[in-house]
Amino acid sequence: MLHNKSFAKKTRAGKVTKQLREHYLRDDIYCGAPFCTVCNTSGARLSATASTVLVLDTNVVLNQIDLLENPAIEDVVVLSIVLEEVKNKNLAVYNRVRAICSNPKRNFFVFSNEYHRETFVKEMTGETKNDRNDRAIRVAAQWYQNHLGGAVKVLLITNDKGNKRKASEEGIFAETVESYVKSLDRPDLLDLLVRPASEDVDMEEVEDLRPSKRKVIYSEHKPMSEITSGLHRGIYHQGKLRVNRYNPFEAYVGSESIGDEVRVYGRSNMNRAFDGDIVAVEVLPRDQWHEEKSLSIVREEDEDEDEDVHLAPNSADDAPRTAPQQGSSGEVNVVSSRPSGCIVGIIKRNWHSYCGSLEPMPMPAGSGGIAHALFVSKDRRIPKIRIQTRQLENLLDKRIIVAVDSWDRQSRYPSGHYVQTIGEIGDRDTESELVLIENDINSRPFSSQVLACLPPLPWSVSPEDLSNPIRQDLRHLRVFSVDPPGCKDIDDALHCYALPNGNYEVGVHIADVTNFVHPGTPLDDEATERGTSVYLVERRIDMLPKPLTEDICSLRSDVERLAFSVIWEMTPEADIISSRYTKSVIKSSAALSYIEAQARMDDSRLMDPVTTDLRNMNSLAKKMRSRRIERGALTLASAEVKFQIDTETHDPLDIGMYQIREANQMVEEFMLAANVSVAEQILKNFPLCSLLRRHPTPTREMLEPLLCTAAAVGVHLDVSSSKALADSLDHAVGDDPYFNKLIRILATRCMTQAVYFCSGDLSPPEYHHYGLASPLYTHFTSPIRRYADVIVHRLLAASLGISKLPSVFHDRLQLTSIADNLNYRHRNAQMAGRASVELHTLIYFRKRPTDTDARIVKIRSNGFFVFVPKYGIEGPVYLTTKAEQGSGEWYVDEQQQKIKKMDGSLSYSILQTVKIHMEVVEPQPNRPKLQLTLI
Amino acid sequence: MEFVSPEGLRLDGRRPMEMRQIRAEIGAVSKADGSAVFEMGNTKVIAAVYGPRELQNRSQQISSQALVRCEYSMANFSTGDRMRKSKGDRRSTEISLVIRQTMEACILTHLMPRSQIDIYVQVLQADGGTRSACINAATLALADAGIPMCDLVTSCSAGYLNTTPLLDLNYVEDSAGGPDVTLGILPKLDKVTLLQMDSKLPIDILENVMQLAIEGCKAIAKYIREVLLENTKQLEYRRGV
Ligand SMILES: [Zn+2]
Repeated sequence: MLHNKSFAKKTRAGKVTKQLREHYLRDDIYCGAPFCTVCNTSGARLSATASTVLVLDTNVVLNQIDLLENPAIEDVVVLSIVLEEVKNKNLAVYNRVRAICSNPKRNFFVFSNEYHRETFVKEMTGETKNDRNDRAIRVAAQWYQNHLGGAVKVLLITNDKGNKRKASEEGIFAETVESYVKSLDRPDLLDLLVRPASEDVDMEEVEDLRPSKRKVIYSEHKPMSEITSGLHRGIYHQGKLRVNRYNPFEAYVGSESIGDEVRVYGRSNMNRAFDGDIVAVEVLPRDQWHEEKSLSIVREEDEDEDEDVHLAPNSADDAPRTAPQQGSSGEVNVVSSRPSGCIVGIIKRNWHSYCGSLEPMPMPAGSGGIAHALFVSKDRRIPKIRIQTRQLENLLDKRIIVAVDSWDRQSRYPSGHYVQTIGEIGDRDTESELVLIENDINSRPFSSQVLACLPPLPWSVSPEDLSNPIRQDLRHLRVFSVDPPGCKDIDDALHCYALPNGNYEVGVHIADVTNFVHPGTPLDDEATERGTSVYLVERRIDMLPKPLTEDICSLRSDVERLAFSVIWEMTPEADIISSRYTKSVIKSSAALSYIEAQARMDDSRLMDPVTTDLRNMNSLAKKMRSRRIERGALTLASAEVKFQIDTETHDPLDIGMYQIREANQMVEEFMLAANVSVAEQILKNFPLCSLLRRHPTPTREMLEPLLCTAAAVGVHLDVSSSKALADSLDHAVGDDPYFNKLIRILATRCMTQAVYFCSGDLSPPEYHHYGLASPLYTHFTSPIRRYADVIVHRLLAASLGISKLPSVFHDRLQLTSIADNLNYRHRNAQMAGRASVELHTLIYFRKRPTDTDARIVKIRSNGFFVFVPKYGIEGPVYLTTKAEQGSGEWYVDEQQQKIKKMDGSLSYSILQTVKIHMEVVEPQPNRPKLQLTLI
Repeated sequence: MEFVSPEGLRLDGRRPMEMRQIRAEIGAVSKADGSAVFEMGNTKVIAAVYGPRELQNRSQQISSQALVRCEYSMANFSTGDRMRKSKGDRRSTEISLVIRQTMEACILTHLMPRSQIDIYVQVLQADGGTRSACINAATLALADAGIPMCDLVTSCSAGYLNTTPLLDLNYVEDSAGGPDVTLGILPKLDKVTLLQMDSKLPIDILENVMQLAIEGCKAIAKYIREVLLENTKQLEYRRGV
């Protein structure tokens, strides 16, 4: 049966055109009940014993998704019209409800009511789209009741009063979510319910504690029509709000229409917007632009936001964003060059669930009742969230997940509801779990479908592999690997032979992961999604299942393994004469650790072949390295920390800086060279669909804090090019040996991180990798733990004609989205790694108060930030207590970057060494934090 | 965008392997020697055939075979925006050529030397798959004009979206920018006379998509045959045979 839908549509240019779409109505859409006698039950999803079938209204799916995710909700029919409405309103919820529908353990059935001949409804004249859709839902519910007969009760769940009333009039059983959940007799489910915004009067109890706050706090959001016209006329600007991770009162809106970032200061200007929301922002008059208080650690009103001790940042992406220091040029009344603004409306919310804990509070009198509590997210960018709970006692010392529901103008904080408990605060496993959830890392075991893609174990190189013409037999070569001690996922191995003509043959052999991970398989899909392995202090979350990671792909010593090899002929001056690429079979003769390799090279008595190879390679690597540095590659430094972990309790035993040896640099050099060679090869063959990695040149503004600091200590840095910067970093030598490293650490954190991209999306000059001073770069050498390398392996194989290019490479959009996902995963993996180190640092210092040296890295009006090189952490040291703040005892000399006591008796200047005391304190029960104090 | 839902339905309610509704009518233009209207869903095309007749321009004469000419155009009202389109733009020229070459391949031109056959096709309403609809309409019109052909050439398109081969793309699916294969076949002879695709597809997927398009062409051929048979019966009836 055919039905033509006709509707008017406004085009982008503002013209109104009539659109005509065909709409086929079908007889072959089934009800999904296995006990149905009429329908084909092969695709049935409802349970065979269902006594009640729930039909959900759109508002229920949109608002109560946390409830729906609970397995207690069973036998649900999700109508296609509901899915469509949800998709248009909130894509995140749509994806979640789709995930429930496709989960074989749940019995949610999608009924395509819009295409069913009997449940399709035509829009009546004068009927709004909403009314029509509500009617469609009722018609579908009615159809189910008639279709399934009296054996089953069909219940329409809706929170829309009008819809419920009409349903009852039409003889459909209808209930609100609240009454349905109450009828289930499961009080724990009630916490999952989202309270409608209109019931907000309940919250007065909490509000009463702050009588002054019972007024309207935030200005009204403008209606959508006004925002649209404002955007059109250029009064408002649209963009995504990004909140400063280290100062939640400062946010930025990157707007294309203004071509710059608009700063938003303070909660009232932010006007209830969350990080990641798409907002409309209005630029404030120019004279209000300098309203920033960049020099003190911002505190707002009674809000108790303390700057925490955290791991020292490794790049600009980790670092607190500081406004350019004002007054450094000596001018008075400098107005910030960046526009400031306030948010007038929110175009799209980015609300999801957040992990954290409840703010400590006394138990309310009388137990068992409903308590109101404030939830503090681990992510500092998120404001506190008010929730209602019936289990306060249980939750106070727990890490929990909370979702946001609404935020009205009268309340300081948004309202939300409890979703899930993770575990006890301070418990290492709970906190680690929190790190994973917070960074969206999937640590679930691999599914059986994924594991089914693995080759049968025990695996070994087969005669077919050896006779395969694409694979070269390199087992006779003396190949060895050099990795951190205890490394089990060995991606790379090397060989180096002196050729009769005086040159060297150098080979980099990388685990042939793509021989086992084929495109389109569940294994590949899972790896694409995970993107990278995640290294926490006490555990590793693999991208690929363990048999592949630690055995089949790992290039362990004395076993035959498949590899993808890059083989160069190099002159003794380390010039590459020729490169070739081949799949191969190798047999590693030694798996060395960096320490072992270094010891061998240093021990002049050793003359065995492997040691000789190592020395040859090291001399080549040194030449390659010096040439790279000549080209302008930066030698950057970061403070990497290494824990020694107790094997029994998994508690940290010792902590120290990661030591970089010559052997590390040697391996790194060959990996860089292999990556560059492969990047050239794939780009030559696939100019539009290669996956490369670029590192954007830092802007002068990003380097400003570094320049200020350097200038204060009398060092001039030339940042005109990476070469100039590299040279001036080399010349930045201070009084003490650590000074140069410190400057490099500060330089590193000014730069953003390198990112993956698809070569077709950018023009060749943008491919540049600033840090390595290389026009091209990619990742090829760690396919076991990075998915980008898997993609590059496939590209390389296709460029050699070994295999076809998988179909995703023909779809640029999909390739771009894969690259974006890799960047996102990569970033999250790093954040998780850092969070894990922070967690273990805290656990370590819990029993060990320590005195140590620290360097001042930032001056503030009430103290300074210190960096503790030995432990790689950074944190505030206050000279004044909070109560004394603003008493004027201390003043800041900005030009010299000094903080001085008024009477001149004491002063602290930037990069100065100070002695500090580190101790874990618990200002509130169950909320331990590391405190730094001056000795 | 999701063009095929997890339930296996396309945006317009069809399943991936289903064609839109097709409808054909013979003899829409009585003045022409042969004519037909062909509809595939909301795509509606009219074709008129004149000939074989004397050559209008003697210099174009080919002594061994008939000259086949084709003119394709789109009615200004055929799309939503009612834009005035200039005749003979590149797209029209290209489609005219495609239709001419496809029809030439099935017309027994050697039987009609020194004559010309004119095929006029106009899109009345466009909703994707206009090329295929034009070829199908032209086939019917040629048959209606009684022009000798070795087989009825029929055409259908198939595409590949959301990693699913889809038969007979409509406008929305067509504008997704995915691969769109237009295929023309001689169903009795089992020969492909037209194969067009603008984007890239891996060869194994192309085979699947092509197979789907072939099935579509065959279904259309079956329908066209029925229409012609019905039409002949009507003629017989009217003539009182
Ligand atoms: Zn049924």
